[in-house]
Amino acid sequence: MKQILALILALGALAAAPAPVAAQGGPLRIEITEGVVEPLPYAVPDFVAETGEAGQYAQQISRVVADDLTGTGLFREIPRDAHISRVSNFQSPVQFADWKAINAQALITGAVTTEGGRITVKFRVWDVFAGTELGQGMQFSSTPDGWRRLSHKVADQVYSRITGEDGYFDSRVVFVSETGPKDNRAKRLGLMDYDGANLQFLTGSQSLVLAPRFSPDGSRVLYTSYETGEPRIHVLDVGSVQSRILPTQDGVMSFAPRFSPNGQQLLYSMTRGSNTDIYSMDIASGSTRQLTTAPSIETGASFSPDGSRIVFESDRSGSQQLYVMPVNGGEPTRISFGAGRYGTPVWSPRGDLIAFTKQNAGRFHIGVMRTDGSEERLLTASFLDEGPTWAPNGRVLMFARETQGASGVSALYTVDISGRNLKRVRTPDGASDPSWGPLQ
Amino acid sequence: MKHITKAIMLVAVLGTAACTNPNRFGDDAYGAGAGAGAGGYGAGSGVDSGVLPGSAGDPTSPAYFSQAIGDRIFFAVDQSTLSPEARATLDSQAQWLMTNNDYLAVIEGHADEQGTREYNIALGARRANAVMEYLTSRGVAASRLKFVSYGKERPVEICSEEACYSKNRRAVTVISMGLTG
Repeated sequence: MKQILALILALGALAAAPAPVAAQGGPLRIEITEGVVEPLPYAVPDFVAETGEAGQYAQQISRVVADDLTGTGLFREIPRDAHISRVSNFQSPVQFADWKAINAQALITGAVTTEGGRITVKFRVWDVFAGTELGQGMQFSSTPDGWRRLSHKVADQVYSRITGEDGYFDSRVVFVSETGPKDNRAKRLGLMDYDGANLQFLTGSQSLVLAPRFSPDGSRVLYTSYETGEPRIHVLDVGSVQSRILPTQDGVMSFAPRFSPNGQQLLYSMTRGSNTDIYSMDIASGSTRQLTTAPSIETGASFSPDGSRIVFESDRSGSQQLYVMPVNGGEPTRISFGAGRYGTPVWSPRGDLIAFTKQNAGRFHIGVMRTDGSEERLLTASFLDEGPTWAPNGRVLMFARETQGASGVSALYTVDISGRNLKRVRTPDGASDPSWGPLQ
Repeated sequence: MKHITKAIMLVAVLGTAACTNPNRFGDDAYGAGAGAGAGGYGAGSGVDSGVLPGSAGDPTSPAYFSQAIGDRIFFAVDQSTLSPEARATLDSQAQWLMTNNDYLAVIEGHADEQGTREYNIALGARRANAVMEYLTSRGVAASRLKFVSYGKERPVEICSEEACYSKNRRAVTVISMGLTG
């Protein structure tokens, strides 16, 4: 797959050239564009513990920063045992020659202090070959249990300064945690950091729950539960872990909820007889509106980020395909025309792409296309890949992959929109139906 | 859900009865397709025998419905049309439901794992609704029927082959006690 995500290092020439005088060459930068380029080599020596108690965090924080950056596939860490310089004081001048010698193009230095029940992380990013600081030093602080978030915030800053794009590390994912065999599977809602850390459960597993969706601000979760006997949509407050059922029709199946970009409405599907259509609801008032009327299955609706259009799946043509229509109704336009079936469309936060699940010839794929259906690209292939969700910066997708056979289990994976850097997300049990929340 | 729970409890009670008194009723009394009178000690022993009310040998029992008549029908890939075999089963289901008016039924629609989750919920609903409409057309009061879809969430067979998929693409008529029960 020769696509996209390409790294053009603006400073690439410097690697071969003698050290330039200051102000020559551009700033250290990864342009995420077409093509494939080597990941940017960087070094992150252990952060300096400036107080005794900070010792237990300093190394772990620098490791989480490294995991975040290296995990993107855009950066390559130079192992610590190759370092020549030791950073024992955050304020000491950087020995650029030592970092150049091991070809570290970027250097991240940091220090950790603890005081009065707070932990503070300071950091600086250095353009080694230019011999300059990249952006300004910053610090973040929190209670000690927030040390991983502080690490993610540092990594987001580094990512943002070098790529020019927002990061996605200080974000969380709500998903369905699965235990038990395929014919007796228990499901409950789980909430975790994007990298699988700090897992907590939001529901018990006594009722079947499916397909949670984060609100745009990350404070609430929409999900489908069989608590009443039929699937119904519930909304859960993440802070209090309290949920309530939404006033869709009693005794009637409703499912596939998605928040609007302002968090005040949702799209969902409701089944009457054999017909499933898409509706919208104003969450505060409970007033609803029917958006599709075809006798076929319409489901999986998702808003465009500006809230003006929706993309959904329908089998009105005889098989599952993707359609786009104005949010207030109107004639849908079919956008998927390749071989096979298309479902679970989700509009990217940048508005430029729609990710989907595709089934063709007995295989499942996660793919992306432009919002008019052009430039379709399949990013993955397996026995069963399903349900992509976008990282807050629109550069990475998370999805569920279920393995084949009687012992099949589901797990979460991430992949770049280039199709590169496929990685499993660590979860202690089976996992499906991820929904990636906002950058916090 | 209340009805489903009752049905499960009923089956559980029957199961317990069969297990705790194996010699009295015999294994066949609860087995599939057992005819009336099976499971006793046999003629001439001087002991009266009979079918345990509520067992599969009792034609008015939900166990008889599920085992002798057949509580489920199967569908082709991505389809909700009723095959001739399915119609024959549903004809018998309808007849039973009209004879045994105290019972309600929940029709559960299911899909195999070859599909996306939410689409499969809608597909299972289409299948369950096809059964409900057929039973109604055969004279069963619609007020006694409801349906729910589990999509691909409740497979009965777990291999990833057509042999299993064909058993999972199903609609199951689950009998429960009505208000008088």
